[in-house]
Parts: sequence; C-alpha cells; structure tokens
Amino acid sequence: MAKKPIKKTIKKIAKKVTKKSAVKRAEITPLSFNTGWSYDPAPESADHVKLAKRYELFINGEFTAPNEGKYFDTVNPATEAKLAEVAEASEADVDRAVKAARKAYENVWSKMPARERGKYLYRIARIIQERSRELSVLESMDGGKPIRESRTVDVPLAAAHFFYYAGWADKLDYAFPGQRVKSLGVAGQIIPWNFPLLMAAWKIAPALATGNTVVLKPAETTPLTALKLAEILQQAELPPGVVNIITGAGATGAALVKHPGIDKVAFTGSTDVGKIIQRALAGTSKKYTLELGGKSANIIFEDAALDQAVEGIVNGIFFNQGHVCCAGSRLYVQESVAETVIRKLKDRMQTLIVGDPLDKNTDVGAINSKMQLEKIEEYLEIGRGEGADFYQAPCPVPKKGYWCRPTIFTGVAQSHRVSQEEIFGPVLTIQTFRTVEEALEKANNSPYGLAGGVWTDKGSKIFKVSSAIRSGVIWGNTYNKFDPTSPFGGYKESGLGREGGLHGLKPYLEMQT
Amino acid sequence: MSARDANESVKDASIQAAGRLGIAKTYKIYIDGKFPRTESGRYFEYAFKTGTGSANLCWSSRKDFRDAVTSARGAFAGWAKATAFNRGQILYRIAEMLESRRSQFIEELTWQGLSTLEAEKEVATSIDRLVYFAGWADKYQQVYSAVNPVSASYFNFSILEPTGVVSILAPEESALLGLVSVIAPVIAGGNTCVVLVSGEKPLSAVTFAEVLNSSDLPGGVVNILTGQRKELLAHMSTHMDVNALVYTGSNAEEIKTVQLNVATNVKRLILLKDWNRENPNLIQDTQEVKTTWHPIGI
Repeated sequence: MAKKPIKKTIKKIAKKVTKKSAVKRAEITPLSFNTGWSYDPAPESADHVKLAKRYELFINGEFTAPNEGKYFDTVNPATEAKLAEVAEASEADVDRAVKAARKAYENVWSKMPARERGKYLYRIARIIQERSRELSVLESMDGGKPIRESRTVDVPLAAAHFFYYAGWADKLDYAFPGQRVKSLGVAGQIIPWNFPLLMAAWKIAPALATGNTVVLKPAETTPLTALKLAEILQQAELPPGVVNIITGAGATGAALVKHPGIDKVAFTGSTDVGKIIQRALAGTSKKYTLELGGKSANIIFEDAALDQAVEGIVNGIFFNQGHVCCAGSRLYVQESVAETVIRKLKDRMQTLIVGDPLDKNTDVGAINSKMQLEKIEEYLEIGRGEGADFYQAPCPVPKKGYWCRPTIFTGVAQSHRVSQEEIFGPVLTIQTFRTVEEALEKANNSPYGLAGGVWTDKGSKIFKVSSAIRSGVIWGNTYNKFDPTSPFGGYKESGLGREGGLHGLKPYLEMQT
Repeated sequence: MSARDANESVKDASIQAAGRLGIAKTYKIYIDGKFPRTESGRYFEYAFKTGTGSANLCWSSRKDFRDAVTSARGAFAGWAKATAFNRGQILYRIAEMLESRRSQFIEELTWQGLSTLEAEKEVATSIDRLVYFAGWADKYQQVYSAVNPVSASYFNFSILEPTGVVSILAPEESALLGLVSVIAPVIAGGNTCVVLVSGEKPLSAVTFAEVLNSSDLPGGVVNILTGQRKELLAHMSTHMDVNALVYTGSNAEEIKTVQLNVATNVKRLILLKDWNRENPNLIQDTQEVKTTWHPIGI
C-alpha cells in the first residue's frame, strides 16, 4: 500500500537533488560521525607529580607559613577533588615579601653583573624543561586544561620565555638606541588562572632580566605550578628574595598593589580589576602595565580557505576552553559563505572531545572553577534571552567537575551582551557581513582591542583588514599563536604596555635620554 | 595694519588721530578646521601684559570639548592612514607658515609678557621643533618596529600605530613653544588631538590655529580650545572616546585626579614634567604596538 507513494517521493527528492549542484549539496549536508566507535581513554599518568598536602608562601627563598595561619583549598576542576591547601597571604605577609624583594634588589640583584643575572634565567629555563612533564600534568590537574595544550603550549612556552629574556640581561644597552636604561626596583605582579605557569614566566622573566626583583601573586584557583616554580627557583639557587611567590585571592592582590614598597605593578586579568588597579595607583609614582580582557573579532572572507578557517575558528574560541583573553569570541563571516562555514563548524564541533584534561585525546577540558562555570552559564541564558539561536556540541561530558560544551550563538546582533561582553568560556557569537567596511565597522565596535583574526586568500586584503582593526595582535590565516619574541598586549580597554619581545623590556625599565 | 595695531587701536590715540580705526582680531577657538565661538557664549578677558589692550577669549565649555572630540575622531581614520611622507610634509608646511608669520608671533608673545628677545627665541625654537618632528614622521616607525623571529613557520612583525584621539593639556607657562612641543609629536605619529591651551598665555595658540588652518592639515586633526584647565580637566580625562591624555605640569592634585580619571576607559596617561625636549620617544608615547602573524607556506 505504501510502496508507490514512497517511490514517488524518492523520485521527487532525486529530481530536486540533481537540480542542485553537487558541490552545494556536499556543503550543506551535515556530516554524521555516528560511526559506532569511540576513542579509548588515553590518560597521562599523574603518578610522578609529587604534591604536598599543604603549600606555604615562598618568601626570601624559603617556604614560610602565613602570619595569620589561614589556608585555602585548590581543587581539580575536572573532579572537584581537593589537590592541596595553600597559604593565604595577609597584608603582613605581603609586607614581608616586598621587604625581601627590596633587600634582594638593593643588596644582590642590582649589583650582580648582568651576565650572571642572565645565567640564572638560563638555569630556570633548563629546569622547567627538565621538569616539563610534571609541570604539564600539574597544570592540567589544577587548571583543567587539556594535557595536549599544557605540554605543547604552556610549559614549552614558559621555558622559552626564560630562555629568551635570559639573553637580554647583558644586552640591554642595545635594546633602546640613544637611551640609557635603569631597572625600576621591585615589581608586584598579579597573574590569572588561564595560563598559570606561562603567565608567571611572562611576568618574571623580563622583570629579572632587566634587573628588577619580584613579588608574584598567582590566581587563587591555580597556585600549584607557580609554587612548583618556586621549587625550581630554589633548585636554580636564585638568590633569596629575588622572586617571592605569595598565594591568596583578591585581598592579597590589593595589598600588593597598594604596598608603598613596590615600584611597578604588572597585572593580567579582567578589565574591571585593571581599572580598580589604575585607580588604586593614582597619586603614586608606581608604573604599571595592564593586560586585560578582550572580545576579539575573527573575520572570515568568502575567498578564505574555508576548511582552514573553520580550524582557526575552533582554535580561536575553544582553545583552553575559551579561557583566553585574546580568544576569537566574535566570529564575522561573509554572508555568501556563512551557511557553509556554520555547517562546517557544526560538523567540526561534533568531533570535539570534551572531558578528562589528562586524556591525551581531549580537545576541551574542564572549566577552571565553579564560579567561572556559573558566569558562563549565566551568559548562555542571557544569549538565549536576547533571542540568539543557540547550538552546543552534542558531546557527552563527565558527571563530576565543571564542564561547558562548545557553544555557538547565531542570529546575534551587535548590541547583544553576548557579543559585547567578555564571557571567557567556549562560547562563540556569529554574525555576518557583506563588505569589508561592514566587517571592520563591526569588528571595531567594541571597547576592547586585544586581538583579531582575518581569513582570506588575498594578501592585500589581509593588510587592509589587519591594519584597520584596532587591536594589539592580529593573526592572518591563523589564530592563537604565541612566542616569546612576539610582543603581546591590547589597544583601548584591553590594557596598556606590551609583554614579550624587545617591546616587553620597556615596562620594566626607566629610560634616560 | 598689523594685528597689534588692530588690537591696540581702540586705546592708541595716535592711530585714532590718524583717522584710522584698527580692526581687532576676535580670538576664537578652532574645531574641525573652523573657527567657532564657544557654544556657551562665555568669555574671559585677557589683559595684555604690555599694559594696553586686551582680548576677549572663548571660555570653552564641556560641550565644546565634546564637539572637538567628535571632530578629532572623525579626522582620525584619514590622518592615521595618511602616508608618513605626507604627514612629514604637512608638519614642515606648518613650520613654513609659522616662519612666514614670525613677526606677528613675536609681537603677540610680547603682549603675553615676553621680552622681544625672548619672543624671538621662542618663535625660532618653535619653528625648528616643528621641522625636527616633521623629519621624524617617516623615520620613527623604522626605529621602533621589529620583525620577530618566532620559532615556527610564521612571518611576524610589530609596528607602531597611533593610539587615537589624544587630549592635551598644554603647558601653562609657554604660549607657543609649549603648545608646539606637545602637539607636534602627537600628530607626527598620526593621532588627532584636542588641546586646552595655556590659560596664562592663551593668545598665541589661537593664532597658531590660523597657521594650522593654512598648512594643509586636515580639519579636526588638531582642535584648539581656550578656557579653564580646572573646569575641563575632568572631561578631558574621562571622555570615553579619548584614547590618551597628555598632561603637562606638576600640580599634584591635578595629577592625582587625572590618574584616577583615566581608568574610566584605560586611557594612556603621559605625564610630561619636562615638555621642552626633542626626541622620538615623545612620539612613541602616543603609539600602540601592533603585532601581526601570518603563516609561511604554500
């Protein structure tokens, strides 16, 4: 009874399909990855990571208990299990650390021949390499990032930063022609939880190379690799007090910023906190550099290599769970290829593996903390409330831990909060454009200006777009690449000053013409 | 008839006796390449230090400042994109125009309390300073740029780009040289600006605006306001569409205020205690470093 109509329908469909071009059909048909097999677990062993139950403050070359005897837990965001407890530095502890740094600056570090200073940095770089597996595993345990990223990006880059700046120590006279340079003194440095060890390296290496001493405060959710770095500094026999590492939360950071004994503040974190720091420093002569938030535009033109561009989109927003200040969180696709790009992106998102950060196959790890997960989920609600279309990768996620599936919003307007505000999670907004001018107008319509991406096969278009985007870093036909020789930092409300490269020396030096 | 004659004509009996009434110049502000009066209609009288004559200057309001920022923002894209050679040419042209009006500036400076000798020196130094920065326009980029040897197959380079719209609080103590010294490095680098000029010696700035206006400098690149620092300081340091603030002076209270205010939108703050200098770092102060990556491949 049903035979005839079905045949007819099939014929009809076949007719329709043959009318369309074969290429077009391939582009818009969703791929199916439901092949019935999956990856076996490939976890990196954590056996060789030796964790103490409790970590003290690293002041004057020694681990010392906090004055008020307070400790807080640091947990594995993938399991919610406590990893260790960590000292909470009070104002008195900050004071001890700053004094130790001052003493080390005046008595040791500023008097040491620059070449010797550099040699300490080389030592640190080497030991990071030697202990890279331990550091990678621990970074993934404490912060939730995939081991693939910690071992190929975070840890090697951290070592590379020390290597790079080590060599500058005795060559500063050649860095700024026509000027004499002088170190500032004690630098107070506050770093975020998204690249804990790498940010510590970004901060400490140039500060020491230029002859300053350091008090560093890691983020409260990811203190462990910084404390391992403290052990490394001991192994390197860095003179006591040259680097002090004090753990704690916002209050500890505030005490450090306000301490009259520091000469410079280097901060990486949110724009809101950056502004608070700017205000806190008003009326002082302390110098500061800020590396703040972003909402970077990733622009795909119709003549781009679309498959590569889709990889770039994925790398731009899902790398490190989107906990990246320069994440390509606003996607702009030229209208003519938008349907294809979104289809390909959804296909690609089906293949992303979300889960155990220690698994070598994992693409997207755990959200760094419960607080951050709540913030991201709030934005998912906001985005849906604003009327955007919502799509999440259909992958399974573990029951325990903090997880967010890779998410895209389409049908987004420029005024939507999800396209204006930094979410700091694996959440992408997608808008379309017709002309280059429209793309630029939309891309620059943001208080931020940290980074941007442009995808096209036309060289002249890359130069036009990359020079018109008001951002500190532009990736042409690539995204989220970092290197110690490459200056990094933002325009507008994304911060001021640069880190990395020759330009990264300047914030730690006083220039005398 | 010279400007001085015109201005002093009312009180100069000898000229009146000659039967010729001088034409006094109206000192107006300079916004978007035009010379409007302040929208507020307010004025302040500036009595010449020579003892005779005075001028009514615009007491610019917050609205004037905001209009000037709109103009500066509008001019930014074009000026930033102008070739370095072109910017250098225009700065040199400003020097030429200033040179051609030397005597007028010297006279006007004497009305603001300088001796003729001091005035001559100030005008000469101002002209030379413009030429100095004109020369830098197509050179600083090479001094501060870099090709970065990243350890992967990418071509990576860092260049300077102008930071955007700059608020400038010009030196109080210097009518012309101070003004030229703070404007030249900012515009040589492709920024546009809004300048609040010296309240103590405001005359030369208005006349300098006339020089700018005849130097092929696009309207809006430099906007010049006369008025009160006390009143405009807060607006100049908080405006959300201003990217940087150049502050000259050493008033601790003012400095603290601007340090607090720049946090509204993470403005770059350039504190110039000693503005009387010549070096390219003054250009670099209002520049951003942009780093571009591109894969090397087929």
